[in-house]
Amino acid sequence: MCLSIPSKVVKIDTEFNIATVDTMGVQRTAGLDLMEEGSVKIGDYVLLHIGFVMNKIDEEDAMESLRVYREILEALDEEERRALVLEDDNCPNREAP
Amino acid sequence: MTKTVTLAQGNGGAENAQLISEIFYKQFKNEILEKSEDAAIIDGGRLAFTTDSFTVSPLFFDGGDIGKLSICGTCNDLAMMGAKPTYMTCAVIVEEGFSIKELETIVASMKKELEINGANIVCGDTKVVPKGAVDKIFINTTGVGVVQKSGISSNCVSTADTIIVSNEIGKHGATIFANREGMEFSSDLKSDCTSLWPLVEKLLAEGIEITAMRDATRGGVAAVLNEWAKQSKVCIEVQEEVLPVSDTVRGICEILGFEAYNLANEGTFILAVKSTDANRAVEILKTFEAGERAAVIANVTHQYDGRVILLSAWGSKRFMDLPTGELLPRIC
Amino acid sequence: MSSLELKELYDGFRDPEVIKGFQKLIAAEAQKLPRTINIMEVCGGHTHTIMKYGLTQLLPKNINFIHGPGCPVCIMPKERIDHAYRLAMLPNVILLTLGDMIKVPGSLGTLQDARSKGADVRYVYSPMDALKVAEENPTKKIIFFAIGFETTTPMSAALIDIVIKRNIKNIFFHINHVTVPEAMELLIKGSDNDHCIDAFIGPSHVSVISGAKIYAVFPEKYHIPVVVSGFEPVDMMESIYMIVKQFNEGRSDLEVQYKRLVNFEGNTKAQALVEYYFEKVDLFKWRGIGHIPRSALKLRAEFAALDAEVIYKEFLPYEEINDHKLCICGDILRGRAKPQDCSVFGTACKPTSPLGSCMVSSEGACAAYYKYGNLI
Repeated sequence: MCLSIPSKVVKIDTEFNIATVDTMGVQRTAGLDLMEEGSVKIGDYVLLHIGFVMNKIDEEDAMESLRVYREILEALDEEERRALVLEDDNCPNREAP
Repeated sequence: MTKTVTLAQGNGGAENAQLISEIFYKQFKNEILEKSEDAAIIDGGRLAFTTDSFTVSPLFFDGGDIGKLSICGTCNDLAMMGAKPTYMTCAVIVEEGFSIKELETIVASMKKELEINGANIVCGDTKVVPKGAVDKIFINTTGVGVVQKSGISSNCVSTADTIIVSNEIGKHGATIFANREGMEFSSDLKSDCTSLWPLVEKLLAEGIEITAMRDATRGGVAAVLNEWAKQSKVCIEVQEEVLPVSDTVRGICEILGFEAYNLANEGTFILAVKSTDANRAVEILKTFEAGERAAVIANVTHQYDGRVILLSAWGSKRFMDLPTGELLPRIC
Repeated sequence: MSSLELKELYDGFRDPEVIKGFQKLIAAEAQKLPRTINIMEVCGGHTHTIMKYGLTQLLPKNINFIHGPGCPVCIMPKERIDHAYRLAMLPNVILLTLGDMIKVPGSLGTLQDARSKGADVRYVYSPMDALKVAEENPTKKIIFFAIGFETTTPMSAALIDIVIKRNIKNIFFHINHVTVPEAMELLIKGSDNDHCIDAFIGPSHVSVISGAKIYAVFPEKYHIPVVVSGFEPVDMMESIYMIVKQFNEGRSDLEVQYKRLVNFEGNTKAQALVEYYFEKVDLFKWRGIGHIPRSALKLRAEFAALDAEVIYKEFLPYEEINDHKLCICGDILRGRAKPQDCSVFGTACKPTSPLGSCMVSSEGACAAYYKYGNLI
């Protein structure tokens, strides 16, 4: 594997087939030779590797993953809460209601 | 030990330490030298004495130049021992053909920084060498300071101390990489190169109980913490999440595969203060622009004496080691 | 319009709460496993993630990692490094390569050693940097020592394309690109019952270029699950969860966890560029593993004018060189041993004085273990 990082496209130079991308405030240029002409647009999130754009990040899939993670956390929280309530209900030190 | 000097031996990390101890310390052995502090305490504890050479490339970078650095670097070493920078020397080796205008700019930067520290250059030396004998210009500065508070030492860090960093880390190293030829970046990143005496002066004036201080230059925060852990025979446990790193430095680190704590700083320092004074020290630092993001970053234990541990936000831990080798970008 | 922020792409996949969440899910699922399972993460970057983020500290004892050969610097045999060394020492040559490569010792030394003996060796961040070096040094021969897996090969191809189109006369190539699936297949065939590879975590960025299709053979022919994972800690935890679930459900499927960047087909334009300039080499030696058929690339014959291996043939030795006799990188790369099993790990062999490639490259298993130190 390699050091490839997500960046956002902020400018496109069609003459030299180069994109200017931003990674957390650091801007660099990257070659578009590995991407189909016209497929990369300003505002796209792309993956960079050694000076080239390798692929576009599918935002739908990324957001879907993040959404799934949130749901997992909510489900785990819910489970933990139920377990705590159950524990509390069954606590032998509790006086009978 | 290698047969010839390698670039890695100048990295401020493990190889550098080895070169110094096996070649220089071995012959120059004495009690003061072996303390390995930022500055030597001499004259019965009344004065601090230090020297540094500056070979930075490029000469002019965002946030400073070699001139500013040559004064900050040496004055900061004095400040780190609780000494007020007072007298300095300046020795310059210039390559034939160097621009006079650039030389003037560099000297003007030095003057500005001297004023901030309240110090004066009282003697110096200038050498001009044929083209190719040095890379444009090398500067050495030596400084003498009057100790305001004695006993500040890297050998005394203990479990009664809390470790604080004065500001965001890695800016200088990240800026140098970004500016260096061959790596084209454009960003608002700039070096943190700053004189630290004003901050130290205030901390001392407010009675903060400082055990140790060191500016995190070559080798970064990791180098300082490891040196303290080893010299004081303690374990330093760092909360990874609270290390203050700016977004842009983070960006450079992501791109090049570096850790911010391995990158050099020229205006950011680490302090070990008595735990009861930690919060107050952070508040005082925050009153300065150079201390805006001061934070408590670690505590001291005896879990693994001599080592530094990084605690992640999800409960795993790993060692934060001295950097080794040339700092090379990771690749596939 | 999307509301995705760039920071979310980093932080979202490193979220401590999500990591802890997957820790719980994996623990629950792993309880149902009939035995310890061995997962091979093929790729050095994944080894790096596991060690840097301490993921083994979060997993139950019945999930075991076998560190695979996925580091192009680690598997570079001494013979090829010696080629780079010899080329660098030739007069009027500037040798360029990517980062870590200059630290790997061949039998003559490292490229850093060559540099301290006067060779002009430079590391570049991108193959495209060669264009500037060539322009600034018109009387020199710039040789690009090309390394890397499928991820990096298209970038070399793109440089070759430009060199030809712009008729640049002083850039040449020494090609050492290797391909991953053939190595994975060899490791399956070679594995004895004690170290059976039960599942693969597929490389992140090889797969971006080549598509997940290249791993289809493993579930189909060998019934071994493959999950293509991103390289952030959340990605890996999710992938491990997916593998454990496959086991418990009796499946062996090819799944993609890294959906935001990997699909079945991959980057077809990049693949076409590689296909145009390169062809497979019959045999290539992978350090520590041995010769693997059709696992590496060379320039097609019609581009011989750019091929440093052809042009400088008389200076390049081809005798086999053995590894250091105490070095067990071979066993580590095959997944048969862990770094701590090596008698010289951390003593005679450490990052400052590496005996084998696993220690030199920061993506090597030994370097990762050494650096992130066994606080397990």
